[in-house]
Amino acid sequence: MPFMPVKFNLQKRVKLAQGLWMIYWLSVIVGILLFSLGIFFKIELRKRSEMMDNNESHLVPNLLILVGLLACGVNAFGGKVCHDSLDPIKFAKWKPMLKPFLLLCCGFNALLLLTALLCFLMQFAVYLTLAEGLKNSIKFYKDTDTPGRCFMKRTLDLTQIEFRCCGNNNFRDWFEVQWISNRYLDMSNDLVKDRVLSNVEGKYLMDSVPFSCCNPGSPRPCIQHHLTNNSAHYDYDHRIEELNIWTRGCREALFSYFSSMMTSIGVLIIATIILESVDMAGLKYLTTALETMEDPENPECESDGWLLEKGVKETFGDLLAKLKTLGKTNQVVEGGDSVSIL
Amino acid sequence: MALLKIKFTQQRRVHLAQGLWLLSWMAVMWGGVIFCLGVYLKTELLRRAEVMDNTEIHVVPNILMMVGLASIGTNWVASRVCQDSLDPTRFPRWKVPLLAWFAVATVLCCLLIAVVALSYALQGSLEESLKVGLRNGIRFYKDTDVPGRCFQKETIDRLQMEFRCCGNNNFKDWFEVQWVSNRYLDFTSKDVKDRIRSNVDNRYLLDGVPFSCCNPTSPRPCLRYHLTDNNAHFNYDYQSEELNLYSRGCRQALTDYYMELMNSTGPGVLSVILIQLSVLLSLRYLQTAVETAMVLEDPEGDSEGYLLEKGVKETIEDLKINALTMLKFGQVDPNAAEGSSEVADAEKDEKDAPPSPAS
Repeated sequence: MPFMPVKFNLQKRVKLAQGLWMIYWLSVIVGILLFSLGIFFKIELRKRSEMMDNNESHLVPNLLILVGLLACGVNAFGGKVCHDSLDPIKFAKWKPMLKPFLLLCCGFNALLLLTALLCFLMQFAVYLTLAEGLKNSIKFYKDTDTPGRCFMKRTLDLTQIEFRCCGNNNFRDWFEVQWISNRYLDMSNDLVKDRVLSNVEGKYLMDSVPFSCCNPGSPRPCIQHHLTNNSAHYDYDHRIEELNIWTRGCREALFSYFSSMMTSIGVLIIATIILESVDMAGLKYLTTALETMEDPENPECESDGWLLEKGVKETFGDLLAKLKTLGKTNQVVEGGDSVSIL
Repeated sequence: MALLKIKFTQQRRVHLAQGLWLLSWMAVMWGGVIFCLGVYLKTELLRRAEVMDNTEIHVVPNILMMVGLASIGTNWVASRVCQDSLDPTRFPRWKVPLLAWFAVATVLCCLLIAVVALSYALQGSLEESLKVGLRNGIRFYKDTDVPGRCFQKETIDRLQMEFRCCGNNNFKDWFEVQWVSNRYLDFTSKDVKDRIRSNVDNRYLLDGVPFSCCNPTSPRPCLRYHLTDNNAHFNYDYQSEELNLYSRGCRQALTDYYMELMNSTGPGVLSVILIQLSVLLSLRYLQTAVETAMVLEDPEGDSEGYLLEKGVKETIEDLKINALTMLKFGQVDPNAAEGSSEVADAEKDEKDAPPSPAS
């Protein structure tokens, strides 16, 4: 009892072949899209890698690139098979490769499913990497004379300007680190000496933020120094006033950017899985319809097409039996030995 | 004596028609590219319209868009003519429209050359417009509570950050205007009162710049107040230190940006001029070759194609005579008037003559 049988005449077969050919080429375009998204994601991770301590994981974009290339190859091959399917001579040379090809498609779908899962799960890893990386970036902001870290200031400033954020959780992270290098501090000044002596580690801490935290949309010229001191500025109360610096933290801003990218890629991969399954079903129908033609010489004859030759349960039973026999080929058959001894 | 005659066999005519069909479709595509370039340039100019005083420079993208659309239409017509050219029944209806087509194509080429010239000629006008627009922008920076000007601050800040520039000519332009609104000034403070009294217009002037002038690539945290006061900052000399502000003025930055944009469209425009000219010349050859072939006894035989039927001077003379005869249609011809009065006299004499023998 075949699973989901459909009767085919010549016209239906031709329409199926044409439709399937178009769907395969659509899948090739989707494969190219996945490949370019993988490259885009990789470039974005590279651009922000300084914010993540250079130990971000490139697993997802690498997988995407691989999957995109595979999709292009597999679907182009499927399209070629469809193109040749209505010509019995050309189709005959593809026939033996069809069963392994369908198994390959199954494996490819499983890989796509794994990639989609990773897209959703790796967001946690990105979040943790960002938290750690931004903390270090803020710490090394002042080290513009240390080789290997001299561009940290520029990168962090440009990131804060681009993503409209300030600090790690919020702007108060800047109050806890010394972000002005000692080269620019007058150590003989009393004010400076007070600040340096005010904490255990001898850091010059202040209630100020860098200029890149300033919000251009605020009506007041940017107040970036003495933020907690109400008397330092006219008509200013830092508790109630809407500050004219960005209040969002950069970890949240960067994470929402990456997570929206990864979520949309994941959704696209799920759509690709559905498209690939449709391709596989169509190809199975087409091949079975071509194989069951009663009179191969007469193209007008009717034929049957199906998804599985027997029902779902029976197919699974067969598969399990096959796996068991595969395991048993290595075992010695006891009955056989005893007969030969006798 | 025809100008630049070329012999055409039937096969050569067919090849010319096919080649020209392809060339005209390529020209249609390039016309689309020119239109898109015009749209892009116009969008970029409109984005910064707030810091521009006049819109004279907009004539460049307007002409580009117009020429792009016209070129798409003209070259599509050329491809239709090619398709009909090898069919003797359909070709004759194109006789008069082709004259108009040649005129339009020549006008398009002239307009494209004019665009290239204009984009260089209008650079001065663009700079003037930017100078006035930026000066106003800097003056109204503090007016974030005045309707109509409340976004001037945000516009100027974003402009300075994006184009990495400060002020109109340089950062010192900010020293000459009050860019801190009176709402945020404590008029009881001695420092504020001193600064206000220090100038005639009672403006609060300071040697400081807004935060958007800060350069992120500088190794030192941004110094933007008390810029001329060496004692205000540690290890700081106003004269010799490389300030950690942007040194370029925004007028220069914007002019350079737009000039670069227009220069990059230059090669595209030049290639469109070349393609349009080649379509023009090839279509003229095809037209003359097919027309001379149609009057031959054997339409499939050899014919000659030329650019002008007679030489250049003779063609100009002919055109002059044609133009003068067209003008003369409206005038009364004095010779014809005399001739008709003589004929009337002669008729009158004839009428008078017969009655005398009768009587």
